[in-house]
Amino acid sequence: MAIIEVVGGLPPSKYAELGLGRDKLLRMLRKMVEIRLFEERVERLFFEGKITGPSHLYLGEEAIAVGVAEALAESDVVVSTYRGHGHAIARNVPMVAVLAEIMGKATGTCKGLGGSMHAAISVEHGIPVATAIVGSGIPIAVGMGLAVKQLGEKRVIVAFFGDGAVNTGAFHEGLNLAAIWRIPTLFVCENNQYAEFTPITKTFAGESIAARAACYGIPSYRVDGNDVIAVYSTTMKIVEKLRRGDGPAFMECITYRKKGHGVYDTAWYRPREEVEEWMRRDPIERFGNNLKELGIVDDGLLKSIEAEVEAELDKVVEEAMNAPILPFEQLKQFIYST
Amino acid sequence: MERELSFAEALNEALREEMRRDERVIIFGEDVAVAGGVYKVTKGLLEEFGPNRVIDTPISEAAIVGAAVGAALMGLRPVAEIMYMDFLTIATDQLVTHAAKLRFMSGGQLKVPLVVRTQYSLGRVHGSQHSQFYPAWFLQSPGLKVVLPATPRDAKGLLKSAIRDDDPVLFVECGLLYHRYKENVPEEEYLIPLGKADVKRRGNDVTVVAVSRVVREALEAAQRLDERGISVEVIDLMTAQPMDSETIINSVKKTNRLVIAEDSVKTGGLSAEIAARVAEEALEYLDSPIVRLNSPDMPVPFSAKLEQEYMVNADKIVDAVSKLVG
Ligand SMILES: Cc1ncc(C[n+]2csc(CCOP(=O)(O)OP(=O)(O)O)c2C)c(N)n1
Ligand SMILES: [Mg+2]
Repeated sequence: MAIIEVVGGLPPSKYAELGLGRDKLLRMLRKMVEIRLFEERVERLFFEGKITGPSHLYLGEEAIAVGVAEALAESDVVVSTYRGHGHAIARNVPMVAVLAEIMGKATGTCKGLGGSMHAAISVEHGIPVATAIVGSGIPIAVGMGLAVKQLGEKRVIVAFFGDGAVNTGAFHEGLNLAAIWRIPTLFVCENNQYAEFTPITKTFAGESIAARAACYGIPSYRVDGNDVIAVYSTTMKIVEKLRRGDGPAFMECITYRKKGHGVYDTAWYRPREEVEEWMRRDPIERFGNNLKELGIVDDGLLKSIEAEVEAELDKVVEEAMNAPILPFEQLKQFIYST
Repeated sequence: MERELSFAEALNEALREEMRRDERVIIFGEDVAVAGGVYKVTKGLLEEFGPNRVIDTPISEAAIVGAAVGAALMGLRPVAEIMYMDFLTIATDQLVTHAAKLRFMSGGQLKVPLVVRTQYSLGRVHGSQHSQFYPAWFLQSPGLKVVLPATPRDAKGLLKSAIRDDDPVLFVECGLLYHRYKENVPEEEYLIPLGKADVKRRGNDVTVVAVSRVVREALEAAQRLDERGISVEVIDLMTAQPMDSETIINSVKKTNRLVIAEDSVKTGGLSAEIAARVAEEALEYLDSPIVRLNSPDMPVPFSAKLEQEYMVNADKIVDAVSKLVG
């Protein structure tokens, strides 16, 4: 069986060893703040009735998308999910295009045809897939890995999915295939410990998700998903191996949703002590404190980053609100390519 | 005695009554127990019947329906829930290649008394992967029954019949209707037979056959047309397989005009089968070509406005009937 490596939170004193300079660290913080404040806007717009349909927020999981994205090259490919706004922002999809998509507007990433659950799809930014069918992105990411391998490209594929996805047939079939084909795909399980309203403890058999992946002979890592640097450094290590042609890898990132499954969900089913415990591990607060320790930020700078992002979001919201909707007659051109 | 129930409440009552009546009835699916279903259809059942009979499953659709087949073969009467019809594709092998055929291919040795409940969410701004409506695919699986209730009252009576039926039943609910309105539902027990269409409104000028969500649209259209002196007969298909052609054909013989309105995409949808049957058996009674109102041959667009334009509605039915009669 492949080895499972556990990666806990990394102390700030290690950041320099990883070659992380001030600019990179500040960029990561900024990205996480963007995702946080963007999702809070989406939530507000939903309750104001300006957004319809389901929106699954990435609140609390920001460290994973940012940690992974910062370790990738622009040419690498990401398979996202219905909880994908954070993946998109981390990969530099303009927030206005993501929000316009959530609002069903013609200026959205998918011209308003996809919606929140597919808003991350942006070929230009290396996200060709964001699926709403749990687990279905896994085999697709395997096929992408096969393609880049056969085409002799040095790109890697990253597939994001939740803890719930590991109980689908697609997960098992996909991981096995990835292992026997030795393709350059990194599977990233965002283990927020719940699938909708059901805790993983009631639906998962076995020791851990990483251990399950390791059964396929895939090197697997269990990472503190609320520590952006732990995610980043593990991804860096893996991606280097994948580019050398070392078969697939698996990363289980342990995290927690700040809110419910979707905007409408109050998360009534989560014990209060558990929620409180996890709120103390907020990934942005933690990273902010670490950067303070290194003297890279202070309260003033933190506040001004937030203010900048809020100001940008004011513009984003206005622009998305005022954007047009595609005329129905134009939809036909998107059904077939010929 | 009558009182008002929503679609979800009526279904809940059907499940509750059948579980009280028959210990072999069990329920399983994603979030059906502790949460009482994402749309509250199974609310309170865990509390009444306990965790052995109301079971939360992992996200494992193939195993959910497969386990229902196995449990049914061994003497239980499982009601499995697949949260969205879109996810049924993952379990389709178990449903069409096993459940539907086991009785036939075992020369009648076996029976598979299971119900797969699911719902479609067209009209709820859920986008292309959470709005699909494809009961017509399952018409290609003889041995499987396909039921599509349109009202709370029918939903209850049909679900009770489906649970008592000795054959596998795919029971397709309309998510948009779950909590949309309430109607009178008798308190005393009643069953509605599978395989029978229901004339929901009598009329003489045009027959409108509608399915699931669209039945309400057809009734509203009929009301508006009535004010203009056009008399519409509205038939609710209720069961797509086995299909009750007789009720439809009898109506066409009277009205000599047929409009079919339903949510499948047009090509190969339920309307295609209905039209084919009428063409085969009652062409000579038709004064004008059959009119089909369907979703266009296109995935469901996300944008709320585009989705509304995509869907069949009362306005479109009024227009079609007016053209036909006028
Ligand atoms: C195949 C399939 N089954 C069920 C669903 C309904 N569903 C949507 S999200 C979800 C929970 C998924 O949980 P997890 O994989 O842990 O991801 P999270 O939402 O926690 O990020 C479920 C059951 C679905 N979209 N696809
Ligand atoms: Mg989860």
